[in-house]
Formats: sequence, structure tokens, C-alpha cells
Amino acid sequence: MKKLINDPNDVVVEALLGVEAAHPDLRVDHANKVVYRGDAPKPGKVGIISGGGSGHEPLHGGFVGLGMLDAACAGEVFTSPVPDQMLAATKLVDGGAGVLHVVKNYTGDVMNFEMAAELAAAETGANVVSVVTDDDVAVQDSTWTAGRRGVGVTVLLEKIAGAAAEEGRDLDAVAAVARKVNAQGRSMGVALTSCTVPAAGSPTFQLGEDEMEVGVGIHGEPGRRRVPLAPAKEIAEMILEPILSDLPFGSGDAVIAFVNGLGGTPLIELYVMYNEVSKILSKHGVSVARPLVGSYITSLEMAGSSVTLLKVDDELLSLWDAPVRTPALRWGI
Amino acid sequence: MTDDVTTVALDAWVRRFAELIAQERDHLTELDSAIGDADHGANLDRGMTAAVASLDDLGPAGAGPMLTKVGMTLVSTVGGASGPLYGTLFLRMGTVLGDVPSVSAEQLGAALRAGLDGVVARGKAQAEDKTMYDAFAPAVDAFEAGLKDGLGLADALGRARAAADEGRDATTPMLARKGRASYLGERSVGHQDPGATSVALLVAAAADTLR
Repeated sequence: MKKLINDPNDVVVEALLGVEAAHPDLRVDHANKVVYRGDAPKPGKVGIISGGGSGHEPLHGGFVGLGMLDAACAGEVFTSPVPDQMLAATKLVDGGAGVLHVVKNYTGDVMNFEMAAELAAAETGANVVSVVTDDDVAVQDSTWTAGRRGVGVTVLLEKIAGAAAEEGRDLDAVAAVARKVNAQGRSMGVALTSCTVPAAGSPTFQLGEDEMEVGVGIHGEPGRRRVPLAPAKEIAEMILEPILSDLPFGSGDAVIAFVNGLGGTPLIELYVMYNEVSKILSKHGVSVARPLVGSYITSLEMAGSSVTLLKVDDELLSLWDAPVRTPALRWGI
Repeated sequence: MTDDVTTVALDAWVRRFAELIAQERDHLTELDSAIGDADHGANLDRGMTAAVASLDDLGPAGAGPMLTKVGMTLVSTVGGASGPLYGTLFLRMGTVLGDVPSVSAEQLGAALRAGLDGVVARGKAQAEDKTMYDAFAPAVDAFEAGLKDGLGLADALGRARAAADEGRDATTPMLARKGRASYLGERSVGHQDPGATSVALLVAAAADTLR
């Protein structure tokens, strides 16, 4: 293992110290590993918190700030945060208008957020609504699995719901727009290499030099199949076809097209990927209303990419375009 | 009654479980790398180390408060799915037992049953989903059946241990339908479930200490 760290057990704690040092707008509750807005709670504004295992940065801490999240809870690497953390975050951001919990659909995350919501209701009477993201089409959505995983749509949802909360919508309305984003978004990814959890010290899975994992999850969970490495244009076909046919997206649809890096893939390759994605979309008559290209939901140093398409209307677009000021996304200000 | 379980014994149970988890930490992690996310051993070890420390801090306490303390500590320190699941298991046991210095074998059975019900309520697992349920449910059944057959505490726990081990082994050919392993579909077949493995250690620890 070759990593820019001190002690593998201190990675999360020291990264949060770095976040605090780098971003004076933000505050960090180190005991609970919560990053929150310096101006929280904002009276009358719906608070939005999210959280999850660390190792997906900038998700979620990098999306805390004006127009996006009010707080983010950092778990151990690839491990859901515990209820105490979400409880603390909920208290920190509750300005009296209720709190939205944005939860990625993983068994542990869902259970820990559920317990936190129960505790918050019992302790403070806080009004909490949870929205679960489950956009990964690589997983069959059936009663026989834990359901689809929450991946790229989570980034878009946090931005859009954050804008809705910032403009003063109430909790039900913010939750409704969040659910709409999840319902209209689909994602899939491909891994070219594995990743190494610092505390584990060795790669999570083995992938040959000439292999890739199609449909990989953001914790290195296996996907649909392992296939020989292919050129970007074929990879784009492999992951876009299941996305397009799932919603389905079709001629005349406008989308936010999000080409995401999984942590170890350089931007130049993401643009190669974006080029392929954009060609396939135009062949299908799908127009790109807004692009997003970069590494926003990652899996440590995994090489690879995921693509998320979100079908948008005027409402979602205007919320997407609204001002945002966070460490990882900022525009309009 | 010789078959009463004292708080001293319950304390020993928790400590023995922590010991077994520490010993099997790497094995659990290895099982979890095959079909999960390689953190089961580390997470449970962290949680049980904290649970033992919390018992040290707690000092003398009744059966219920003791197990409740363990449950709260696990919920706060483990994370993942194991935190809520093991946490709920201990919290439910604690609630059933109440603040008493010792409990009967039957009361222990009721507590284990409540713990199992808590796991089901939290995780929504059913038989043959390839989860901790598949080892824990047969163990609780076997313990209750053993007492019904007139066995003493130690023998009934012996049966529970055998049932848990058998249930754990039976997860290997199963297709995972819950948790991260379910993403693998057919590829989960042929791997022993880490959660079933760790809960079999909980039952083994009980058989080692509650006598």
C-alpha cells in the first residue's frame, strides 16, 4: 500500500482537520465527525444532511455549503456513520423547518439513518424526512436483493434539493423534489482497477491488467460482469445502454449528463469518456441540458468512471443553476 | 437454582465474545472481502472492544442495564449494518431482562428470542437470505427446545452452539438476498456468510461462559 497518509487509523480524523483548516466557511464537530455550515442552523430553512462511509470524497463533506448540504456525517472508510453522528448533525442544522436526510441505499446506511431519525424524534421532536437514493442500474431491483445502490444521482440530488431548501421551500416540498430527482436519474459505472481501504492495506478485489468490472459499486462491490478491457467508446456503450433503456430515456428528453471519475482516473480520460457519451446521447435524440464532468463520488483510488443521466424539466434545471458555494461545487456566486 | 445466569456470567459472556471476535477478526474480514466490503472483522472488533470498556466504566449493574449498555455502545461504534443489528440484538435482550441480579434459563431464552426478533425487525431478513439470521434463529430455537426437553442450561446452550454452527455452515451454498452480498447474485454462492459466522461466535461464547 502506497498512500499519502500518516497512521491508517487516523485518515478520517486527519482529513476532517484538513477540511476545517482549508474551508473557513465550514465547521467540523470532530467528536461526531460532522462537517457543517458555519451559518447553521438557518432559522426557517429546511436543513439537509447526508453522510456515508468515507472514501467517496468530495461526497458528502465537499458538498456542504450554501445551496447544497447543511451537514455531512463521515463514517469510517466505506462504513456507514453511526446514528449518534446523524443525530448530532440533525440537531446542528434544524432551524425549525425540519431536516431532510439524504441516504444512499446501502443496508448499513439505511439502518443507521433510520435509528438516527427515531432518536431525533424521541429526543428533540425534530421533524425528519428521509429520501433514499437508488439509481444504480447494475443491480437488479427485486425483493431478492437489497435493492439498487445509491450512486451518482446522490450528487445531483444534494445540489437540487439544496437549492430548493435555500429558496425557502418547506420540508415536504424539498423531499418531493429530492424524490423526483431520484426517480428520474439512473447511473452505472465501470472499474479498471480495485481500491485499497487504508485500514485493510491490500486491494479490496483483484482485477487483471486486461480486465474491467462492469457495473461496479462505489465500495468495490462487484457489478454485472467482468469483461476484457475495451476502448472508451465500447465502455460508454456498455454502461449507457442499460441506463438509457432503464428509465427509459428517449428522443426529445433533456438531461444533466454527469460523467464521474471514481478517484484514480484523470480528467483527460473523463473528457474522452464524455465525448463518447455525448455522441451516443445525440444518436438517441437525447439532448444534454447541462454537463458535469469530474470526480465527485469516488471510491478511493479506483480507476474507472460512472455515468449518471438525470432527466430534467425547467424546475430541476433552474434549481441546478441556482447559486452554490461548497468546496467541490461552486457557481453563480 | 444452579441454572441461574448471574450478571457476572453475562459480563463474562460479553467479554468472551469480544475475545473470540478479536481472535477471528482477520477471518471475518476475509469472509467479508469475498462477498461484502471487507470490514466485518474490524468493525465488530472495534465495537466489542468499546463494549468491554463500557462495562468496565459501568461497574456493577443489573442484567438489563448491562446488556443495554453493550447494545448502545455497539450502535455508536460499529457502523455499517452490523452496528444496528448487533446493537438492536443486545438492546432488546436488555429490555426483556430488566434490572435484576440474575435470570433463569427460561428468561435467557426469552431474551435471546427478543434479540432475534429485534434483528428481524431491523434487518428484515428471513430464513435462507444468507445472513446472521440463518445461524442465530436455529440457535435460539435449539436453546428453547433443549429447555423444553428438560435439559439444563449448559446442555441447552451446547445444542444452541451446534445449531448455530450448522446454520453458519449452511449459509455457504445460499444465494444472498440481503445486504451487500446480494449485489453478487449467483456469485455469492459458495461463500460462508460473515454475519452468520460472527453470530455463531456469540452463541459459542454463551456456551463457554453461561453455565
